[in-house]
Amino acid sequence: MEDIKHISSPEDLEKLRQEITAKREPSKPIISVCVSTGCIALGASRAMEAFKAELKKEGLEDKVEIKETGCLGFCEQGPRVIIYPEEICYFKVKPEDVPEIVSKTILGKQVVERLLYMDPTTGKRAKKIEEVPFYKYQLRLLLENNARIDPKNIEDYIVLGGYRALAKSLFEMTPEQVVEEVMKANLRGRGGGGFPAGLKWETTRNAPGEPKYIIINCDEGDPGCFQDRSLMEGNPHSILEGFIIGAYAIGVHEGYVYVREEYPIAVENISTAIRHAEEYGLLGENIMGSGFSFRIKVHRGAGAFVSGESSALMTAIEGKVGEPRPKYVHTAVKGIWDKPSCLNNVKTWANIPLIILKGAKWFRSIGTEGSSGTNIFSLVGKVNNTGLVEVPMGITLRDLIYKIGGGIRGGKRFKAVQTGGPSGGFIPKEYLSLPVDFDELTKVGSMMGSGGMVVMDEDTCMVDVAKFFIDFLLEESCGKCIPCREGLMVLSNVLNDICEGRGKDEDIQTIEDIAETMKEASLCALGRTAANPVFTSLNYFRDEWEQHIREKRCPAKVCKALINYYIDPKKCQACLLCLRECPVEAVHGGKDQVHWIDQKKCDKCGTCYEICNFDAVKKLSGEPIPPPPPEGTKPIRKRGK
Amino acid sequence: MKIVSLKINSKDIKAEEGTTILEAAKLVGIEIPTLCHYEGLEPYGACRVCSVEIEKKGRSSIVAACCYPVEEGLRVITRSLRIDKLRKTIIELAAVMAGEDATGKIRSLASEYDADLSRFRSRVPMEPIKCILCGLCVRRCIEANWDSAIGFAGRGVNRRVVLFPEKAGICSTCNYCYVVCPTGRISSAYGPDPPFPFIDDVLAGRK
Repeated sequence: MEDIKHISSPEDLEKLRQEITAKREPSKPIISVCVSTGCIALGASRAMEAFKAELKKEGLEDKVEIKETGCLGFCEQGPRVIIYPEEICYFKVKPEDVPEIVSKTILGKQVVERLLYMDPTTGKRAKKIEEVPFYKYQLRLLLENNARIDPKNIEDYIVLGGYRALAKSLFEMTPEQVVEEVMKANLRGRGGGGFPAGLKWETTRNAPGEPKYIIINCDEGDPGCFQDRSLMEGNPHSILEGFIIGAYAIGVHEGYVYVREEYPIAVENISTAIRHAEEYGLLGENIMGSGFSFRIKVHRGAGAFVSGESSALMTAIEGKVGEPRPKYVHTAVKGIWDKPSCLNNVKTWANIPLIILKGAKWFRSIGTEGSSGTNIFSLVGKVNNTGLVEVPMGITLRDLIYKIGGGIRGGKRFKAVQTGGPSGGFIPKEYLSLPVDFDELTKVGSMMGSGGMVVMDEDTCMVDVAKFFIDFLLEESCGKCIPCREGLMVLSNVLNDICEGRGKDEDIQTIEDIAETMKEASLCALGRTAANPVFTSLNYFRDEWEQHIREKRCPAKVCKALINYYIDPKKCQACLLCLRECPVEAVHGGKDQVHWIDQKKCDKCGTCYEICNFDAVKKLSGEPIPPPPPEGTKPIRKRGK
Repeated sequence: MKIVSLKINSKDIKAEEGTTILEAAKLVGIEIPTLCHYEGLEPYGACRVCSVEIEKKGRSSIVAACCYPVEEGLRVITRSLRIDKLRKTIIELAAVMAGEDATGKIRSLASEYDADLSRFRSRVPMEPIKCILCGLCVRRCIEANWDSAIGFAGRGVNRRVVLFPEKAGICSTCNYCYVVCPTGRISSAYGPDPPFPFIDDVLAGRK
C-alpha cells in the first residue's frame, strides 16, 4: 500500500476497486497459506518461511504471490495451503513438501497427489476444497473469503466488493431503512440468545440518553469454540463494515470491540483493520464524505467466561470487575455507564454487509422460518472430521454429524450431542432428525448458544460428562448470586458422590430441586442455563443415573470408582507388557504365566487396558470379578504367535 | 413523575415509575423477604430470596423484586407454592456458607419457609464461614466512608470479603458493617465492638 487513497465518495471507492483489479493479474499464481491460530500451532509459520525461501531460490519472487490468510475451519488437517488460480487445496503441508509444491504445482501445473485430502471411506482424493466431504455440504457465507483475503491488507477486502454495503447504506438508505432491512431479514443474535438484532438496534436507536454505544462481543469463552476468533483473524473488515453500518443505523458515534486477550492474532488483526479503515476514510470523521463519524476502541478482555454475558461485559468496559448486573431494564436502554448500548456478536455484525447488499428477502430464503441465514458451528468430539462448519439454519443434526462430520470415530455408536457450549443440553439419538435452529434446540432442552457442538459416542458416561460441565461452570461462575454459586457447588459435590459410588436415592430429587432453582432464580444467563447439562442428562438418560445410584454401576465404564480392570486368562498371552508398564505394580504373573490384577493395589489408571495388544484386559462394572487364575497357569497361545 | 398502576397479590396499587416491586409492595404493607437488600443502598440482586412471580402480556416469569421496576399493568404474586419452594431452596443453599447454626435474619427466614439448613450443608465438605457474600458490609462501608476498606476478592466459590490493607485507614469504626450483616457473621464474633483491626479475620471468606 504505497500511496493511501483517501476515499471521500462512493465513486472513489469504485475507482479504487477498479484500480486494484487492474493492477492484479488473474493468472498470477497465489499461494494462500492459513496463518490462523490452529494452523500456526501445527507449523504454518515454518511452511510459510519455506515457501518464501523456495521462491527466492527459484527466482520466482515477482512471479508468484504468497498470501497469509485466515481459517477455513478444517484445522485438524492443517496447515492448509491453496494454490490459486487453480484452487488446488493441500492439507498437512510441511516445510519439506514445499519444494515439490513449487516445482510441480507452481511451475509444472501438476497436482501433488499425496497432499490432497483423501476421503477415508472411499479413498478418493479431493483436488478442490468443494470436493472435500467436510466442505461439500456447507454454505459458507461468512467464512468463504477467509482463504482469499490477507486480513492485514484492506485492498484484498475492497477488491472483493468490500465496503460497498457501507457505501449503499450511507448514500442510498436512511438509518431507519437500514434498521428496517435488518428487521425484515430476521437476523437473530448469533451470540446464542437469538434476540432479533433489528429490534435491539431500534430499541437503542429510540432510547433516551447520549452518548450511545455499540459493541462487538468477541469474548468467546466456550471451550472448543473458535468461530468468532476465526472470523476476526481471517476477515476483520467484514465485521468492521457491519459494525459501521450498525453505528449509522442506530445513530452512534462511539463503538467498542471487546476481544479476549487470549486471542493475540485477533486483537492484532482487528486493530490493524481499524487503522487501515481510518486511513482510507472508511472510519473516523466524515466517513466516505457522508458527514457521518464513528470511532472504535479495542477493549481487551481479561479472560473470564462470564464476561461474554452482555451486562458483565459492559461492566468490564467501565473498568470494573466483569460481573453481571440485573438486566430488567435492557442494556440496549441502560448499558455502559447507564447509556443505551447495543451489543452484538461478531457473527451478527459480519452478516450485516451481506443483508444490505443482497437484501432481506435473499437472507430469509436461507435457513428456516424462525431462524434465517447460516450459522457457524464448531463440530468437535467423537466425529471423524472436526472443525468449523458453516451451514444454513435448519440442517439436521444427522447431516451435520454424518455428512459433514463423517460419522462417529472408530465406527462406534452415536450417543448424544451437546449443543451451545458448556451450559447447553445433551440431545440423544431420538432427535438426530432435529432441524438445528434457535427454537428447535430450545424445545429439546438445549440451546444454540455459541454454536458449540460436542459429539459423544457410546463410551461416554452421561453422569460423568454432566459432572464435567458442572465443574467447568463452577470454576467460571462469578460467585455473585446464591443459586448459581452455591447451586453449582452442591451439584458438583452430589455428582461427585454419585460417580464415586456414594449416591443415595434422594439425590435425583436434590439435583432437580437445585437445578430448578438455578434455572428460575439465578441473576444471569450463565446461572439460568448452567443446569441444562444435568436436566437433559436426567431427562434422556435417567436409567444411567439410576444404575449409578442404585446398582453402583457405570454402564459406559467410565467412572473410575465403579469399574475394575480384569485380565481374561483365556486371552492373555503373558507378553509382560502390562506387567512392566503398570505404575503401581498391581499386575502379577510372569514369563509364560497368565497375568492377573491385584484389585487392592490397582489404582485404575487404565494403562494395561490401553496397551494390551490381545484385547485381554476388560473393564467390569457392577459384576463380580472372577478370582485370579491358579499360580503358574500357562497362556492359551494363539496360532502363529 | 409518571404514575403506573399494577397489581400485587390481590391489591391494586399505584406507584411512581422507577420504583421497584419491593418498594411498591412495602408501601401497601406487603413484606417480601430479602437478605442482600438494605434501604438506601443500590439494589444488588445477589441473594435472590426476594424472587417473585410476575405476569406480563400473559407470560409469567420469576424476577428479583429488589431490582425489577414497576410497569403499567404488571401483575405480581409475592407468595405461591412455586415461590415458597424457590425461597426454601435458596435459603437452604445460602446455609452452605452460612452454616446450619447461622443466626440473624437467615435463621428466621428458615423457620418461615420451612428450610432445612443442614440439607445441602451436609453435602459440601468445606467448613461454613458464616458469610453469604451478600455484599451488604462492603456496600454499606462505601456509603458511610465514601470509599471502602473492605471489598470482594476471588471469583465463584473462591469469592470472599477481604480487607484491603492499603485502605485500612478508611475504616472509621462506624460499626455499620456488622449492623447490616444478615447471618450474624460479624456481630456474633465481636458484638458491638468495632471490627477493625481484626476485620480481615472476621470477614475472610473461603480459603
